[in-house]
Amino acid sequence: MKSLGSIRRDFSPWNDPNAKPYIQFDKVTKKFGDFTAVNNLSLTIFEREFFALLGASGCGKSTLLRMLAGFEEPSAGRILLDGQDLRGIPPYKRPVNMMFQSYALFPHMTVEKNIAFGLKQEGMPGPDIEKRVAEMLKLVKLEQFAKRKPHQLSGGQRQRVALARSVAKRPKVLLLDEPLGALDKKLREETQFELMDLQQELGLTFVVVTHDQEEAMTMADRIAIMDKGEVMQVATPAEIYEAPASRFVAHFVGNVNMFEGKVAEHMTSTTRITGATGAQIVVDNGSNAAAGSDIVFAIRPEKIKVSSKKPADAVNALEGEVYDVAYLGDMTVYHIKLDDGQMVRASALNASRITEDPLTWNDRAWVSFRPDAGVVLTR
Amino acid sequence: MNSTWSRFNITSIVLGFAFLYLPIVLLIVFSFNESKLVTVWGGFSTKWYVSLFHNQGLMDATWVTARVGVISATVATVLGTLAALTLTRYTRFKGRVLFSGMVFAPLVMPEVITGLSLLLLFVAVGLDRGFVTVTLAHITFTMCFVAVVVQSRLVTFDRSLEEAAMDLGAPPVKTFFQITLPVILPAIISGWMLAFTLSLDDLVIASFTSGPGATTLPMKIYSQVRLGVTPEINAACTILIAVVAVGVIIASIANKRREIQRQLDEQAAQRG
Repeated sequence: MKSLGSIRRDFSPWNDPNAKPYIQFDKVTKKFGDFTAVNNLSLTIFEREFFALLGASGCGKSTLLRMLAGFEEPSAGRILLDGQDLRGIPPYKRPVNMMFQSYALFPHMTVEKNIAFGLKQEGMPGPDIEKRVAEMLKLVKLEQFAKRKPHQLSGGQRQRVALARSVAKRPKVLLLDEPLGALDKKLREETQFELMDLQQELGLTFVVVTHDQEEAMTMADRIAIMDKGEVMQVATPAEIYEAPASRFVAHFVGNVNMFEGKVAEHMTSTTRITGATGAQIVVDNGSNAAAGSDIVFAIRPEKIKVSSKKPADAVNALEGEVYDVAYLGDMTVYHIKLDDGQMVRASALNASRITEDPLTWNDRAWVSFRPDAGVVLTR
Repeated sequence: MNSTWSRFNITSIVLGFAFLYLPIVLLIVFSFNESKLVTVWGGFSTKWYVSLFHNQGLMDATWVTARVGVISATVATVLGTLAALTLTRYTRFKGRVLFSGMVFAPLVMPEVITGLSLLLLFVAVGLDRGFVTVTLAHITFTMCFVAVVVQSRLVTFDRSLEEAAMDLGAPPVKTFFQITLPVILPAIISGWMLAFTLSLDDLVIASFTSGPGATTLPMKIYSQVRLGVTPEINAACTILIAVVAVGVIIASIANKRREIQRQLDEQAAQRG
C-alpha cells in the first residue's frame, strides 16, 4: 500500500462527508481598530482531533484561539461549538479551557489549589474535588509537589501544573497557546509526546497554537497554516509537507527548492516543464496547469540525489558544480550550483558510515530526481 | 566596586549621617534629661515619659491622630486602588490623560494650597471643622500616594492570571477578589502604610481643616513648642520615632526574609 508521507493514526473524520464538525469558524473576521487580525476565515475542527494553528507571530493564530476561549468577540461571522453559537457567551461559561503561554498559575495558591480552582467554581463537592485533584496530580506525575507554590517549581513542573489545571474540568476542548514555548529543547521534545499521549488518554479535542513547525508536525492530526489572518492550507502534516498548496506553504514548512518556469507540454500522465533558465523537467501529473502557464516546480532537498556521474535511468538530471558541503552527522547537505545558475539544495541520508561517491567543493556533479518527487504549484 | 575605607570615604559618611541624624539623636538624648531646661543636661531620668502619660491634652491628641490616620488611610486606600485600577485597565476612555493628571496633581501641590482650598470648601458647604473635616482632608491628599503605589504594581500584573481564572469559570467579581486582590495585596498594604504615615505627621493641612476637639498630635506638639519646648515633647517625639522605626524595621525584615526564602525555593526548584 502506498501513502503520502507516514501514517500517524487511524483517524480522519475530515475525509468523511458525514462526520459532524465539532468546532466551526464560519466566515470569522476580527478587527482591532484598523488592523485586521483575522480575515473572513472559515475552519472546521472535529471531535477528538489534535489540531494545530501554525504561523509566524502576528498571523492571527492567537486571536483565533482567544475568540474560541471568549476573551475576544469576532467582529463578524460565527463560531460554533458542538452546534451551539458561542456569540455573547462569556469565557467563564464556555465549556473550553485554555493553557496559557505564561502558564498563568496563581502565585498565591499551592499546586493543589491551582488545580482545584476551576472545580470549585462549578460547585463540585469537596470530596470529589480532592479525588479529581489527586487524579490530575497523578496524571502529570506531580503528586509530591501538591503543597508547593508555583515559584517553588521548575519550568517543566509549572508547565505540567498548568496542563493539569486546564484539563481538570474535563473541558470539551482544550486550547493550548504555545504550550511548550518556555521549555528548553530537550524537555520540549519529551513533552510533545506526553501531550499526545494525554490527548489520547482523555479523548479531548486539542487546539494548539504554535510557531514551531516541528512541534505542529509532531503532534497534530491536521495543521492550519496561517498568514495575515487567513488560512493558507489545512491538511495533515504529511500533506502539508509533501503536497503544499502554495509557494508560501512550501516555503514555510521545511526546506524547498523552487524552479520558476512554464508548462511546456501537458501529456496524459506527465507534464513537461521548461525552467526559466532552460532546465527541462518532467513531472507526474498532479496539477491541471495548462500548457504555457507560469508555474513553480517545488522539490524537497531529500528527494534529490547527488552523484558524480549522470545516472543512466534518470528522467530528470541536471548538471552543475558542488558549491558547499555540510556534514551534519545523520545527513549531508549539498549546495549545487547548476550550470544555468540556479542553486539547488540536496540532502543525503548517511545510511552507512562509508560514502561510496564522495563529492567535495568544486567537483562536477549531477542532481537527479524521480518524476513524482516534486510538485507543481500554480499559486 | 571600590570598597576601601579611605579617609575621604569615612569623612563623607560621618558628615552625611551627622547631617541626617544629629538633630534626632539630640532630641532623643534630651528626652531623658533630668532638668526642665531643654538645652542644659541635668542627668538621666525617665520622668518625662511618666508625666507624658498624665498629660491629658497630649494623650487626647494622640488618640485623635490615630483615629484620623486609620480611617483616612483605609478610605484613601480603597479610593486610590480604584483609581489605579481604572488608570491601568481602561486605557482607552476619553479624558484618561486629564484624569491621571488630576489624580496625581496633589502629589506636587503645595500643602498650604491644599489646606486652604479645603478650608474654603468646608466653610462654603457649611461643614463644621472638626474630626470629620480633618479626616476628609487627609483622605484627599493621601489618596494619590496610594494610587501611585498600587498603579506601579498593576503595571507589571500579568493579565493572563485573570483570564485564566475566568477561563476556569470565575465571573469577573469573583476573579477580582480571589485572584487580583490577593496578588496586589502587598502593594495595597504598603499604600495603606504610606497613607497612614503621611496622615500621622501632617501639620499644615490639619491646621487648616481641624477644629476644636480634633487637635492632632503634630498640631499639639507645634502649639506647645510655641510656648517653649519641654522635655515632655521630646519624650513624645522619641516615642513617635520609635514607633515609626520599629514599623520600618519589621517591614524590611519581613521583606528580606521573603526575598531570601524565595531565592532558596527557586534554587531548590531548579535542582528539581
